[in-house]
Amino acid sequence: MSVWAIAVNTFREAVRDRILYSILAFALLLIGASVFLAGLSLGQESRIVKDLGLAASSLFGAFIAIFLGIGLVFKEIERRTLYAIIAKPIHRYQFLLGKYLGLVLTLLVTVGVMALLVLGLARLVDGHWSPALLLAAGSDFLALMIVTAAALLFSTFSTPTLSALFTLAIFVIGRLSGDIRLFAEQFAGPGVRQAVFALYLVVPDLARFQIGSQVIHGLPLAPAEIARAAGYGAAYVGMLLFLAIAIFQFRDFK
Amino acid sequence: MAAVIEISGLRKEFRVGFWQRRTPVLHPLDLTVTAGEIFGYLGPNGAGKTTTLKLLTGLILPTGGSARLLGQDLTEVAAKRHVGFMPENPYFYEYLTGREFLDLCGRLFGLRAPVRGERIGSLLCLTQLEAAADRQLRKYSKGMLQRLGLAQALINDPRLVILDEPMSGLDPLGRKAMRDTILQLKAEGRTVFFSSHILSDVEMLCDRVGILVAGRLRDVGRLEDILTTPTEAIEVTLAQATPALLTALGTLTQGPILHQPERVLLRLPDEARLDRALRLSLAAGARVVSVAPQRVTLEEHFIREVRGAAA
Repeated sequence: MSVWAIAVNTFREAVRDRILYSILAFALLLIGASVFLAGLSLGQESRIVKDLGLAASSLFGAFIAIFLGIGLVFKEIERRTLYAIIAKPIHRYQFLLGKYLGLVLTLLVTVGVMALLVLGLARLVDGHWSPALLLAAGSDFLALMIVTAAALLFSTFSTPTLSALFTLAIFVIGRLSGDIRLFAEQFAGPGVRQAVFALYLVVPDLARFQIGSQVIHGLPLAPAEIARAAGYGAAYVGMLLFLAIAIFQFRDFK
Repeated sequence: MAAVIEISGLRKEFRVGFWQRRTPVLHPLDLTVTAGEIFGYLGPNGAGKTTTLKLLTGLILPTGGSARLLGQDLTEVAAKRHVGFMPENPYFYEYLTGREFLDLCGRLFGLRAPVRGERIGSLLCLTQLEAAADRQLRKYSKGMLQRLGLAQALINDPRLVILDEPMSGLDPLGRKAMRDTILQLKAEGRTVFFSSHILSDVEMLCDRVGILVAGRLRDVGRLEDILTTPTEAIEVTLAQATPALLTALGTLTQGPILHQPERVLLRLPDEARLDRALRLSLAAGARVVSVAPQRVTLEEHFIREVRGAAA
């Protein structure tokens, strides 16, 4: 009950924050504009709408995860709002899990709204529904859950600026992790190869959640691969939350 | 009387500076607060009062020692189930309304919806926040936030109420209301442990006080015990005193005799000299206007303790 109470409160904080609406409005505008951009292409309208729509949904989802995530714990300590909460009979890990769940809930709603708009525009252009788009958005949502957990982890011990930098770095490197691995295998010397491979192992492989291009081109999706990605995501989120809890558990709130 | 707070050797060190040097802010503290009493925890700024309260409420972790709240170890979350805490200068979620915030606090205590609704209604009434209940906290004044802080501390119907500087920032009316509420809590059988540096309030409210200076507990006791022993001096006001009488009294007084229009004021060090001075005065035909024992005020006692620690 405590975790859920804190999650609902975190969700409430986000939906009463203008930043969320600003990001969401901009995202919806960009997704909507994809229809006009599609009109400039020859015979590629459907692909442009879906590609741009999914990319915008993913990018702005990441913005929300990073910019709200980095303040999740830091703001509570800075504004001393957690004093009255931690003094209640709750475990510190419950507080942290509640904060995480609240932001994930916020992301679920915002990514859901963006995905539904992409789905509707694709229907407008194609003349038929493409439900696989929701699967692509859902897979992206799993990647955002990892980004949110990373932002939460940094938020437990670092300032918002540093947390934003770290999380952004993880997001960018994570999206390029496949390329990093290729680079390590093909070009670098043995020392560099090992270092780059270590980086590949530490940073979450967010590229494996990008199934948008397969969906857009109508390529078959392997359920086993999707399940493996979901398992990987859950394990990674679990590890990041475990680290965040371990740090938060021993913090003094002076 | 059952012990509600049992602190044994509780201490806290913070790491400060670039080299993370260990700095003790609370030296081993032993203190027991019994059921039903109002305990005032006093000390100058930086003495370690808030540190103690934060240790008791789990906001910071002890470096050593232990504490039990209502018989349960501090490290157990269940220890806080019957404890209400009001932090100093309450900072709450400003995007919530007063009612929503109290509801959140009730949920964290695991209260069911009907109980929460009933409790929130009565607490809003107690703290006179009914009219502002559905207003966002960003629009609350400091006094209103302080009252909401008290309301959230009472949402679980606590047996122990811990208040950090509850009078700070309140106007005289607000302070009076807070004092009345604290006395009401005691009348309801609750134990109140509060820190303060407003000594007049403490003197009016507390059954016992503890004085903390530089992280060490200097004195603990009932106010009567701390303040009545020893009597500082006895002031006697006389009328119609003759110069010969004043010369005779001069050997008994502590300090000079103060001359006022038609009256004189003597300061006598003890009851034996008072007795002799009164006999002399009455025999010389003087009129005794008043006899007033001068007791140590809490403020004087407090200042002595602080200066004693500094010396």
